[in-house]
Amino acid sequence: MAILLSDSTRVIVQGITGREAVTFTKAMLDYGTRVVAGVTPGKEGHRVYGVPVYNCVETAMRNHEANTSVVSVPPGFAKDATFEAMDAGIELVNVFTERIPRGDVAQMIEFARQKGVRIVGPNSLGMISPGRVKLGPAGGPLSECNRAFTRGSVAVLSRSGGMLTETCSLLSQNGIGQSIAINIGGDPIVGSAFFDLLPLLEDDPETKAIVLFCEPGTFQEEETARFVKETSYSKRIVAFIAGSFVDTMPGMRFGHAAVIVHGESGATRTKAKVMREAGIVVVDFHSEIVAAVKKILNQS
Amino acid sequence: MRLYEFESKKILSSYSIPVPKGRVVTSSQEARIFAQEIGGPIALKAQVLATGRGKMGGVRFAESPQEAEQVAQEMLKAEIQGYAVKSLLVEERLDIERELYVGCTYDDVKKTPLIICSSLGGVDINEVSRKHPEKIHKSSISSFMGLQPYKAWELVQNLDLPAKLPWAAQAILLKLWGFFSQFDAILAEINPLVLTSRGELAALDAHIEIEDDALFRQKERLGRFQIEEREDKARPPTPFEIEAAQIDKADYRGVAGRVIQFDGNLGLLIGAGGGSLTTFDAILRYGGKPANYCEVGGNAPVSKICKLAKLVLSKPGVEGIAVITNVYSNSRVDFVARGLIKAMVELGMDLKSYPVLFRSAGAFEEEGYAILRKYGIRYYDRSVSMDEAAGLAVEMIKKGS
Amino acid sequence: MGMFVNLKVNERLCEARETGCQKCIDMCPVDAFRLESGKIVTIFDNEDECTFCNMCVQECPKAAVKVVKLY
Repeated sequence: MAILLSDSTRVIVQGITGREAVTFTKAMLDYGTRVVAGVTPGKEGHRVYGVPVYNCVETAMRNHEANTSVVSVPPGFAKDATFEAMDAGIELVNVFTERIPRGDVAQMIEFARQKGVRIVGPNSLGMISPGRVKLGPAGGPLSECNRAFTRGSVAVLSRSGGMLTETCSLLSQNGIGQSIAINIGGDPIVGSAFFDLLPLLEDDPETKAIVLFCEPGTFQEEETARFVKETSYSKRIVAFIAGSFVDTMPGMRFGHAAVIVHGESGATRTKAKVMREAGIVVVDFHSEIVAAVKKILNQS
Repeated sequence: MRLYEFESKKILSSYSIPVPKGRVVTSSQEARIFAQEIGGPIALKAQVLATGRGKMGGVRFAESPQEAEQVAQEMLKAEIQGYAVKSLLVEERLDIERELYVGCTYDDVKKTPLIICSSLGGVDINEVSRKHPEKIHKSSISSFMGLQPYKAWELVQNLDLPAKLPWAAQAILLKLWGFFSQFDAILAEINPLVLTSRGELAALDAHIEIEDDALFRQKERLGRFQIEEREDKARPPTPFEIEAAQIDKADYRGVAGRVIQFDGNLGLLIGAGGGSLTTFDAILRYGGKPANYCEVGGNAPVSKICKLAKLVLSKPGVEGIAVITNVYSNSRVDFVARGLIKAMVELGMDLKSYPVLFRSAGAFEEEGYAILRKYGIRYYDRSVSMDEAAGLAVEMIKKGS
Repeated sequence: MGMFVNLKVNERLCEARETGCQKCIDMCPVDAFRLESGKIVTIFDNEDECTFCNMCVQECPKAAVKVVKLY
């Protein structure tokens, strides 16, 4: 099985009784993800679609074996919830919460490094190993998920949650399946950036090609290009960079918190340039991803 | 949220970082009176959030109180990058020997706080890092440990400061970090930090940006400096944008806050984040003229979508609306349909004749399509790509239906 | 009743008045229910926010709640 998710993935949902979490817990269960427990302080004893709710992660972990957590709590509590999960022995934390202050995120990531825990997110809609496991709301309810995500050999990494589904749906409609699909999160600082995940994908036998959905802002794409170039990365990568109009409006923030351009810094033209120099195929229209991926798959 | 220079200095000063003697004035008379009190050359600095105001006449000097009054009068009538100059910071003019740079921010590659200093100050630090990378000294630090004195000491060694001043610079750097972490800042820079002819360091200018997403817990602290939360864009927000921001703020659920006004005729409600970027690019590429940028995602509640749709639909000059979203996961097609229809009904619009281009798919699409069918609104599903939908919307406006 | 969804609470079956049961209020993620003089009533605007999660139906010990689509 591709990366991060496997047959032994056992999940707790933190903030399980919230509006979003109730919906995606059902979608996860329907998809076959083993959601073993939920946590909402003060709601112990309730059940959400049969999943028992506890007051603390520690109690949930004592009663159920879990290795993965999806965090869906309000922004002010997200750091604490993530610390709680990592302290209780969770190995993979997928943080769904958006609008977490940057200082909190930096601490979450630093603690994760100390603990050897992987964080995906914040501001991540989750990830899917098509036909097997999914975390978070990515892809939506089961029937929708099955239409958009199909099993195959292309890994899709996206800074946008919505465009993860759109991109996979586009690929699936054209008969191209995915080995893994991950929304890395739209924040300026995320636990698993493109360049953190590429090494894992390089070792993954299921993945033959990689698609990156990129956005303006941050140095993530630049660093990814540097990594690909310096390590002579062995798998072919197709990238689409949305939001070229943002280049013309410096200092203005669009979409995700990270999407802001200052002069050349963060501009899509800069990203396209350095990515092309690193040998990444950068397409100009989103729908051109299909042809570019087909070409790579036919060559290999 | 970026702070005005005078606000930044008020805070720095409370951390006992030396700043020039100064006062905020809103009239030329006040400027003259303060210049008299100073009794020497002064600087007048426009309090606007524009970057690079120095090059746009935003910083001027005066030798006498009379000249200060004259200059202030001119400046208070001016506009810089669309911002009316409403107040000036009048300061004693320091005799400067050297300009340095110190700052704190976050490194999105290393994912840590980053302390930066340079012996080249007074210019844009990004420019220095391009032209003289050897003059920039950076250190990633632990967000748990914070900036420790030894690290600050190491960094200031690069500033080539005479005699006892490295100790003073170390203290300033530590205080700057203290402020940065306590206020949830994402940028705090003193640029330039000047060395005066009297052999003292002072913060001549400062840029501070507080994390928008941390304002919920910084209100009280900022309030102590009479700093209130405000909309912050590269230009002053329009009334349309202010209204949209209020709609967003009233309900924390859903991403729908970033609304930006344009002057076209095509109203937009577009999928949030990457979806909005993709759609907006495509609409421009097909020659469309957006009336606005407005995201709908993050599973926004019906009430919020409804309010935003009403805002866009009633914007003067809007001749039709395009609702184009990516294939939804956590947001819902039916909620968008409910919000749009509720808005049109509440505005008393004719649902069957008003130009609407609706392309959405994914979560709860069947529910959404059923609602649209009931109210007679045409829609496109995922078999029409976002690019194609953008093209159709542009065409619809050209044809007028 | 909302424009798109009607949440019907059957007063004859509902035992809120007798036992103080408020399970629908507790579990509804969009706060569509509230208590009014001991009786469960719905908030119209919030009915239109209904996500069809069905928690109110599932949690109700007396099967007193129904979710009705108006389209």
